[in-house]
Amino acid sequence: MLTYQRIDELCQAAEQAGSTISRVILADQAGQLELEEQAVYDQMARRLQVMRESVRTGMDPDIRSTSGLSGGDAAKMLAYAREGGICGPFINSAIARALATSECNAAMGKIVAAPTAGSCGILPGTVLSVLEAGQCTEEQAVMALFTAGGIGTVISSRATLAGAEGGCQAECGAAAAMAAVALVELKGGSPAQAAHACAMALKNQLGLVCDPVAGLVEVPCIKRNVAGVMVALSAAEMALAGIVSKIPADECVSAMYEVGCALPASLRETAQGGLAATPTGKRLKEEIFGSSPEA
Amino acid sequence: MNVFDIIGPVMIGPSSSHTAGAARLGYVARKILGEQPVKAVIQLSGSFAQTYRGHGTDKALIAGILGFPPDDARIRDSLEHAVDMGLEYRFICEGIPGAHPNTARITLTGADGETVTVQGASVGGGNILVDELNGMAVHVTGQSNTLVVLHKDKPGAIAAVTNFMAYSGVNIGSFRLSRPQKGGTAVMTIEVDGDIPAVLVESLRILPNIIHVVLIRAV
Repeated sequence: MLTYQRIDELCQAAEQAGSTISRVILADQAGQLELEEQAVYDQMARRLQVMRESVRTGMDPDIRSTSGLSGGDAAKMLAYAREGGICGPFINSAIARALATSECNAAMGKIVAAPTAGSCGILPGTVLSVLEAGQCTEEQAVMALFTAGGIGTVISSRATLAGAEGGCQAECGAAAAMAAVALVELKGGSPAQAAHACAMALKNQLGLVCDPVAGLVEVPCIKRNVAGVMVALSAAEMALAGIVSKIPADECVSAMYEVGCALPASLRETAQGGLAATPTGKRLKEEIFGSSPEA
Repeated sequence: MNVFDIIGPVMIGPSSSHTAGAARLGYVARKILGEQPVKAVIQLSGSFAQTYRGHGTDKALIAGILGFPPDDARIRDSLEHAVDMGLEYRFICEGIPGAHPNTARITLTGADGETVTVQGASVGGGNILVDELNGMAVHVTGQSNTLVVLHKDKPGAIAAVTNFMAYSGVNIGSFRLSRPQKGGTAVMTIEVDGDIPAVLVESLRILPNIIHVVLIRAV
């Protein structure tokens, strides 16, 4: 349970207390869980550590998923990032971290669902990247996960975080919004700016369908985690620059839910439409599961 | 639902519903049996039956039945661990009419022949709902410490249990009663805030009209 049902209420509470969203969430959750704040903080710190380990595991060039569909791309991206590329090492390492976490997930490695396993690469790709680049402290990174978690809780209670209900916009879209808010707080932005970042991230993923090839959390999920990182970074940068979203965050959450409900079942994790229904998508499915009706 | 359900669970991939949720279902079934099972028959329905191999749903269910939590790296090799630990298992893909798309019906047999049948669904984000125990309706989510109390449908049976809990300072968060037949066997599902002392469970077991008490700790 979280006391706050809306993002504007949450931001208002933080601003009135002269505090941050993360502090408000931490205090609230310590109360709800009947635990000391330090114990709740330590639990989140362990989750940041698991994220770090998932990145390390996923960077192995030889990692492969059970189906054989994915693995090894994070290692390629990391090698490329070291050369600089178009966007420079920060962005390209962030891409590598998102890929690594998602590839670790597909290979039955240990991950933190954030908010889901399918979207587990977006918070490591953003928050860990800021931490590894020396732009924040370990403690700030842990607190940023509370910010992200608080926003995710609101989205979960007022809309959905399940691809089967709302499409990929509810998974990678929500994760990008959560990450955008965390990034704004990490860079010292105000709660109001954080809410604008949340809105802009949600807006830019609106309508994204869930169409996993063979029903597996691999194609296109892994690369959509990269897109989520890019959306989160750009939304946070715009908000920090003072750009505001014309549509408030809470209305974007409602719109996301409405769009999700309007999506046909074929585009909500049933592997019946979109990329899953392409000739190649169907061929891959047959290669993995054979053509038995059970698959 | 709290912040650790959103930034979490910590789990073995690839799917929160098809892997982590499946591991928790198996884990809860094993807790209800209360011992290391020697035999497991698992009926998979809906999406579980369609995609269980690609998501490692089979490995996750078996891992849970062996008592491994959802973040245990042994999930990957659980089918081999099952052989080592003397668990014989079988999967059946057969729809359960009206059930949630990700439903499993798990029948476990203990060393002395005791059998339990637990039916539950993975309802998203690694969350589960066990809704049937030996054919009786229950409501176990595994999010709070939960007592499942099998008892005779007699006056005062419920009051005796809740009184004992009150004396122990345990607060009830939710309470459900299922009674298939008047005067027969009934089952209470009691979710509590905070911890349940082991001594409380022992005390409840010796109350009149109580047949069996199972404590399922949050997982």
